[in-house]
Amino acid sequence: MELVLSIAIGVMTSCGVWLILRPRTYQVIVGLSLLSYAVNLFIFGVGGVKSNVPPILGDDVLPSTLTDPVPQALVLTAIVIGFATTALFLVVMLASRGLTGNDHVDGRN
Amino acid sequence: MTGWQNHLIILPILLPMIAAASLLFVDERSRVTKAMISLATTILIAGVSIVLLQVENASEAFNGVYLVGNWVAPFGIVLVLDGLSALMLALTSLLAVATLVFALARWHAVGAHFHSMFQILLMGVNGAFLTGDLFNLFVFFEVMLAASYGLLLHGSGALRVKAGLHYIAVNLVAALFFLIGVSLIYGTTGTLNMADLAARIPEMEADRRMLMEAGAGVLGIAFLIKAGMWPLCFWLPTAYSAASAPVAGMFAILSKLGIYVILRLTMLLFGAGPSAGFGAELLLFGGIATVIFGTVGVLASQALGRLAGYSVLVSSGTMLMVLGINDGAVSSGALLYLVSSTLTIGAFFMLIELVERGQDAGANVLAVTMEAYGEGDDDVEEGGGFAMPGTMAILGICFAACGILLSGLPPLSGFVAKFAMLSAMMGAGATGVPPTAAVWTLVVLVILSGVAALIAMTRAGIRAFWTSIEGTVPRVLVIELVPVMFLLCLTLALTLQAGPAMRYMDTTIRTLSNPTIYIDAVKNAAAIETRAGVQSQETGGN
Repeated sequence: MELVLSIAIGVMTSCGVWLILRPRTYQVIVGLSLLSYAVNLFIFGVGGVKSNVPPILGDDVLPSTLTDPVPQALVLTAIVIGFATTALFLVVMLASRGLTGNDHVDGRN
Repeated sequence: MTGWQNHLIILPILLPMIAAASLLFVDERSRVTKAMISLATTILIAGVSIVLLQVENASEAFNGVYLVGNWVAPFGIVLVLDGLSALMLALTSLLAVATLVFALARWHAVGAHFHSMFQILLMGVNGAFLTGDLFNLFVFFEVMLAASYGLLLHGSGALRVKAGLHYIAVNLVAALFFLIGVSLIYGTTGTLNMADLAARIPEMEADRRMLMEAGAGVLGIAFLIKAGMWPLCFWLPTAYSAASAPVAGMFAILSKLGIYVILRLTMLLFGAGPSAGFGAELLLFGGIATVIFGTVGVLASQALGRLAGYSVLVSSGTMLMVLGINDGAVSSGALLYLVSSTLTIGAFFMLIELVERGQDAGANVLAVTMEAYGEGDDDVEEGGGFAMPGTMAILGICFAACGILLSGLPPLSGFVAKFAMLSAMMGAGATGVPPTAAVWTLVVLVILSGVAALIAMTRAGIRAFWTSIEGTVPRVLVIELVPVMFLLCLTLALTLQAGPAMRYMDTTIRTLSNPTIYIDAVKNAAAIETRAGVQSQETGGN
């Protein structure tokens, strides 16, 4: 489980870094999305990887078997904020495309 | 700070949030209503933050802790007001009043939702200054950034969209660094509350400490991008000079926000224990590189907007160098420098637009902007107010004042601040030891960057005021000149009140360099007693 998670984070990060260094705005936005997925998984991972464990302390639950709820709350906030800013970036990208007539990040080929 | 005064702490966040939301319900055509709501809120925030500054100035004890959900410190959300955050709040709100009044002359009408975005920017900045935990810092940072994206694009035009695209891409990557840093710190320490972190970090085991320091380093990148440390600063001059004048003026505080967070976190988390002085060399050398880059940029700039953008870098670089050497007396001089340079650069960005209005280039940009948004020229000219008599003379005096402030000549506050820093560096400081090679480099760089600013400002001033035969006298409204003069008068006041100001900075730095004061204050803040059996409502984090 840990191995799969870390390979997924690694692959997405490397693809994301390669893509944001590309000259087309579309590639940059896909790269940013991949990077933010990788970061979200990373935040999720710092709480320890456990499956089928509740995050809420009940009467018959041992604290040691709980999963940490804080990274889950953090990742939820990060997803919402990342989603909003990516949408905004998409709008600016379209505006740039409309004003310059091409999709180069500097507005010229 | 007791009773009702304690609730003042949350007002700098609540007021702009309510104003921004209610402004959305006002139709875009009723500009006067929108402007009045926005202006009234901003002045109210300024009033609140000045009261907070006075309370903080008067009281010796540290007591500005506000438990937002009435949950005690490491579990609930906490806002902390100390000398540094009170100072930054007051600085932000005064700058906001000036830039907003300036924007009312014409800029608020060239695009939609200017006032809402402006208020949200204020909310984000104030929140970031007040928050006491790292994740809320992220949230407020993102609130501030989201508003700044909109404000940078305000007025539209190909130039702004291109600069905005780069600005957004850079800041989105910075936000990802922020998240990685925060989650590494949480993963190793198990807390995000700053006071709790500061208490736990000195007692960490070595293997976890390494990972925590890596997290802190990654976190630092996010703020250094915002502060504009070389080589993370190439976006800054372009973005700032592309923004409309009042927005650029307000953006002067954003790079100081990066500096503030670095100052706060290094003093609090890495003040003592095995991690003491973490990152100091990086800040020192990064600051030196930034000042050199900024100075060369100031000398090389042809356009005034870029000159101001590089001045932001020089100012950030100077602050970073001082944080790198981490000496109490130098730091308190640097705080004064921070206040003075923010006011100067804010005034300078607005002044540039007025000066360039008389020249063709500036007028063209504005005309294109207006055209793109479908505004008629006559509508703008009706903007109200009176043209200032003797415009060129007043503009010239303001320009000279900016030059004096940027280069650090007497009699304005730029001189006092640089003098305080330099005299502390050259052996009269808290340490009392003779200056090292690094400190001498700093002294030379601070002086050289001042000389460079003087040369560049003289050259630009001669070109703008003495040789502009073909340029017509710009039509400048009173409400455009008054904010610039207001900010410059504040620097004059800072000079006249240099004694009390320096005492305040000294106290602030003394409190900062003793993290136990902060930790104890946050940990001992007691929740308000509620009725028996009724648990107070928890406020949502998301």
